[in-house]
Amino acid sequence: MKKEIICTVCPTGCTITVEGEGSNISSIEGFTCPRGKQYAENEFIAPVRILTSTAKISGTKCPLIAVRSKTPVPKDKLFDCMEEIRKLNLTAPVKTGDVLIANVCGTGVDIVASGNAD
Amino acid sequence: MYKMNCDVCVVGGGPAGLSAAVAAKKQGAKDVLIVERDETLGGILQQCIHPGFGLKLFSEELTGPEYFGRFVAKAKELGVKTLLNSMVLEVGENTVTCINGEYGACEITAKAIILAMGCRERTRANIVIPGTRPAGVYTAGTAQRLMNRQNEMVGKKVVILGSGDIGMIMARRMTLEGAKVMAVVELMDFLAGLTRNRVQCLDDFGIPLMLSHTIVDIKGNDRVSSVVIAAVDEKKQPIPGTEQEIECDTLLLSVGLIPENEISTNAGVELSPITKGPKVNQFMQTNIPSVFACGNVVHVNDLVDNVSTESATAGKSAAMYAAGELTADGAIEVKTGENVRYVCPQTVVPTEGKVELYFRVMKPQKKVELSVCDGDTVLVKRKAIKVNPGEMEKLVIDAKDVKSLTVSVKEA
Repeated sequence: MKKEIICTVCPTGCTITVEGEGSNISSIEGFTCPRGKQYAENEFIAPVRILTSTAKISGTKCPLIAVRSKTPVPKDKLFDCMEEIRKLNLTAPVKTGDVLIANVCGTGVDIVASGNAD
Repeated sequence: MYKMNCDVCVVGGGPAGLSAAVAAKKQGAKDVLIVERDETLGGILQQCIHPGFGLKLFSEELTGPEYFGRFVAKAKELGVKTLLNSMVLEVGENTVTCINGEYGACEITAKAIILAMGCRERTRANIVIPGTRPAGVYTAGTAQRLMNRQNEMVGKKVVILGSGDIGMIMARRMTLEGAKVMAVVELMDFLAGLTRNRVQCLDDFGIPLMLSHTIVDIKGNDRVSSVVIAAVDEKKQPIPGTEQEIECDTLLLSVGLIPENEISTNAGVELSPITKGPKVNQFMQTNIPSVFACGNVVHVNDLVDNVSTESATAGKSAAMYAAGELTADGAIEVKTGENVRYVCPQTVVPTEGKVELYFRVMKPQKKVELSVCDGDTVLVKRKAIKVNPGEMEKLVIDAKDVKSLTVSVKEA
């Protein structure tokens, strides 16, 4: 498989071409720094993203509270994680960093509050 | 009229105002008061639930609420006072007049004032899109507020005009919430926002980006039913025969921000015709010595980290001014050389210490040298693989004894 990856490590935005199968990379071209190479390798083997959304909350002014995955989750799990976040029905008070869903969708990552509601 | 007194009064409690207030307090200003029209502090960051903030300042990838939360906590700890739900009507040399539900009309007397009102989005009316006037046309920021703070889904089938960061971030947000984003349409032949956002907000979800295209018609009676897009020529004029109709129920506009300066203009603050914000020196001081300005009200930033940094300068300087410790005479104009649209600060007072010059290029360019010259003397230079109008550049100079300053971007 061949994949063109635009590097987002810095504003230069190098286009890096990676070839390989699964976690085996046979060729990698177009990077201009070691961080870019590392980024492209990760993007090819297992791309991850920080997921942010909102969750319903009652007992406070705003009907929503901002939430995030504490660390990045696999890109192909984003929509599954959204389903779980949608099921939340919280009650204030909630503080930044409070764990709302532990180990979301078996990713090993927690969904935490990223705002305060009191 | 209800009267109040303070050393430094900050107009606006968003990221700029918060950082300025914290810095003013740290510099030793006794009473620092933030006047904010919303019911809570944080400004636009309250609805910016996405990550990407704080990479420069905290070396962490924070969301908007996490980012401003740190400043709110610091402001509380230092004893910054706030007046919420208060609309500022007028600013004078040493007065801020506002309306508050509890106190009615208030007049605040301050030794120094910091303008930190941020900006507003350009609307359909600003860019004059032809067509009917149905419901379903939103600025991207309005849609973001409705979705992220008020729990209102704005549409199911969306076209976005403008490739600014807010537009791309809303493309991802709406997709994650189950909407179908048909296309992001951009008039220019380059991306307006950050590359990072193109990758993570559009490419990740297979959302098409159509460069050199614009919307030539909006159709629908009660609600948007479709938009017609067309390719544009070099003069940005639609090319006849290239029209295509895209069915949708929602159009989001991410077509730029305008600093919100009605109050500044009425106060007699001189604005730059290019940034549409106050002209400032390196202390973020305007032509009225007691009035300072910072953040997006001065010039539209792409990173909030830069806003916090320049606002801290404004806060510190305002506190010094309030204490009678800031003199800033003999400012020289910073000139824009080749491929530089504007530089902020617009003037520099020759004095001891480092000065950060932020600037934007006119057009994208590859393999360049960025420089600041004093006449024929190069004060500082740096090479870059590429520059882009969407990404602000910075050069730092030593401002001691400078006689003239020109910032240029030339082929390396």
